[in-house]
Amino acid sequence: MTAAPGTAAATAAADEAGIENLPISRALNAGMRRALAENDRVLLMGEDIGRLGGVFRVTEGLQAEFGERRVLDTPLAESGIVGTAIGLAMAGFRPVCEIQFDGFVFPAFDQITSQLAKFTNRHEGALQMPVVIRIPYGGHIGAIEHHQESPEAYFTHTPGLRVVSPSTSNDAYWMIQDAIASADPVIFLEPKSKYWQKGEVDTRARALPLHASRLVRRGTDVTLVGHGAMVTTLLQAAALAESEGTSCEVIDLRSLSPVDYGPILDSVRRTGRMVYAQEAPGFTSLGSEVAATVMERAFYALEAPVLRVSGFDAPFPPAKLEGAFLPDADRVLEAVDRVLAY
Amino acid sequence: MTQTENSVQDHASEAADSAVVRVLAPDGSLAPSAAAEPYLEIIESLSDAELEGFYRDMVVIRAFDRQATNLQRQGQLALWPPSLGQEAAQVGSVRAARPQDHIFPSYREHVVARIRGVDVVDIIRVMRGLTHGGWDPTDPRNGNTHIYTLVLGSQTLHATGLAMGLVFDGKCGTGDPERDEAVVVYYGDGASSQGDVHEAMVFAASYNTPEVFFLQNNQWAISVPVATQSRSPLHKRGEGYGMPSIPIDGNDVLASYAVTRVALEEARSGAGPRAIEALTYRMGAHTTSDDPTKYRTSDEELSWVRRDPIARMRAFLEARGASSDFFTDVDAEADAVAEDTRVRTMQLDGIPRNLMFDHVYSEPHPLVDEQRQWLADYEASFEEGTS
Ligand SMILES: Cc1ncc(C[n+]2csc(CCOP(=O)(O)OP(=O)(O)O)c2C)c(N)n1
Repeated sequence: MTAAPGTAAATAAADEAGIENLPISRALNAGMRRALAENDRVLLMGEDIGRLGGVFRVTEGLQAEFGERRVLDTPLAESGIVGTAIGLAMAGFRPVCEIQFDGFVFPAFDQITSQLAKFTNRHEGALQMPVVIRIPYGGHIGAIEHHQESPEAYFTHTPGLRVVSPSTSNDAYWMIQDAIASADPVIFLEPKSKYWQKGEVDTRARALPLHASRLVRRGTDVTLVGHGAMVTTLLQAAALAESEGTSCEVIDLRSLSPVDYGPILDSVRRTGRMVYAQEAPGFTSLGSEVAATVMERAFYALEAPVLRVSGFDAPFPPAKLEGAFLPDADRVLEAVDRVLAY
Repeated sequence: MTQTENSVQDHASEAADSAVVRVLAPDGSLAPSAAAEPYLEIIESLSDAELEGFYRDMVVIRAFDRQATNLQRQGQLALWPPSLGQEAAQVGSVRAARPQDHIFPSYREHVVARIRGVDVVDIIRVMRGLTHGGWDPTDPRNGNTHIYTLVLGSQTLHATGLAMGLVFDGKCGTGDPERDEAVVVYYGDGASSQGDVHEAMVFAASYNTPEVFFLQNNQWAISVPVATQSRSPLHKRGEGYGMPSIPIDGNDVLASYAVTRVALEEARSGAGPRAIEALTYRMGAHTTSDDPTKYRTSDEELSWVRRDPIARMRAFLEARGASSDFFTDVDAEADAVAEDTRVRTMQLDGIPRNLMFDHVYSEPHPLVDEQRQWLADYEASFEEGTS
């Protein structure tokens, strides 16, 4: 039986089989379809998400299936999208907003950081803000300015926001549903260069809760930690390191705020060494925070300082330079060498 | 009725509206609308050379635009946003500007940039991923053309601020048209929903800036029809903010020229900001990444082919007796520009890696300096084979 992946027929088929092989974009689509079907208060809103299905086709077919009042092609204004999502949440809806590209979230910055993040606190709990903001983020797509950024630190720095990023199809499918079910605002960062990466989705049961980090590769010498598209790079680095006799453990952070330190500290207590890798610039970044916390909590287990590999502290460069700007497996290995040389 | 049907209807009736300034009918015949009356004197005073120049501008840039689209398809560019179909709105408005005026484009104003003196290969360099800026707006050769802005609507505030500076420095309203300066800012129907555009209009009206807000309503913001952005004609927005606002047939280069010229003269003279809504059509895809068949009908596209700005101007010039040599010559120039674009694009080199650290700050910064050095050492370690 070969129903198109992510369609209603495929979902029905998958309910029996339980496993579908989907690219991340289709897994997100299937997760949102299920959330829309299960709760009629769930709304999708954003630029070009309806008829076009989004510029990355993540919402393809959902407007046709659920109608123009559930999947809204909004006017072109990010502050408007997030600001009205707040009002819709007050009216009892669960809006899922799409920001078209990372660099276009900033017109909504006030609504996200000063309004959405603080609403529940300001109302002393009388109002909840179950709003999800989906943002395709990160580089590796060779695009022009504002289309390749990693703005996570602005949001992890903002109390009141939960921030997550899936790196596999299974996580994409479950995490989007868990984000929609959350009573709090969730910034949902989608690693856009991995939208076409396929993987198995188990539609019967979630593997992990929303805010858990996950050990994705076992190793004994160095712990590598990262999120989103960087997880692939870390796995490449681990494979290369292995051929040189170094055994790396790899952890996918998954949840950027809160951070689930359990598996990370566990790992570091075994390896004694850690490298954090991220596409975002390093100064006052998520990597800085995780590194500092690990040093505070596992100081006596560490054989070397925690090292960070980051995008440079410069604006994301023109596309022809992204290869030099973004950490690749070699840059991760350079840090692995340094952390081992201590 | 779907949103799209709605928008097409709105605009068909809007175009029929006699408030819209139109000089040439779609078939190229001189058929001024009632609203065009005040502008006819300007149009009658245009020389044959000027009229032919408008046509030449449009044809040449279309050839360049087609070439750029092809270069993207051949993998030479990251992306290309075609100006196809919007030539009349852009040529007319920018030809109405004086050399001392400032131009703020969005990202589809290739026509505008070229006419102001920007080397089109500099636009190519932006879309090839070699630079974020492309050209230096302070270099006189670029005709005070500011660089493209990709975050929709942001440039309307920058334009307004610059225009406020002109007011504060007494660079407008002196009564000397050779010296007075003004600003033209371009934006789209989609961008018109952004808060920045509204705030720009508030500031412009408040400070009485010498500025023309030039909206190219090409009916679509990627897949979203203009009816989603506004339920009343967009030019009415300008009026709401207190500035005279005029809708024009954006596919009529003569209307675009005359109306912008008057608006700019008024703005330069100190009469304050003006808004123009050019009703036009994005005949191509939003960008080379876009597939318009997903959201609009070929009937709609065809209805705008019949209103093609270049065919309209050509018919007008032919009726006036322009020689066939002239048209042949224009086509030859267009071919030459397209070919030159292709050749020079293929010759573009890469960029030095260290460029990403340049101009992050104007003054030295230790973190940037450290990372520049780190990258140089890191790369050298590969060259020496010591890594
Ligand atoms: C703030 C912001 N949000 C979203 C985008 C993505 N985007 C680029 S162009 C575009 C549509 C713009 O439509 P319009 O303003 O009508 O101009 P046109 O492209 O039709 O010339 C969108 C949504 C962006 N560039 N900036």
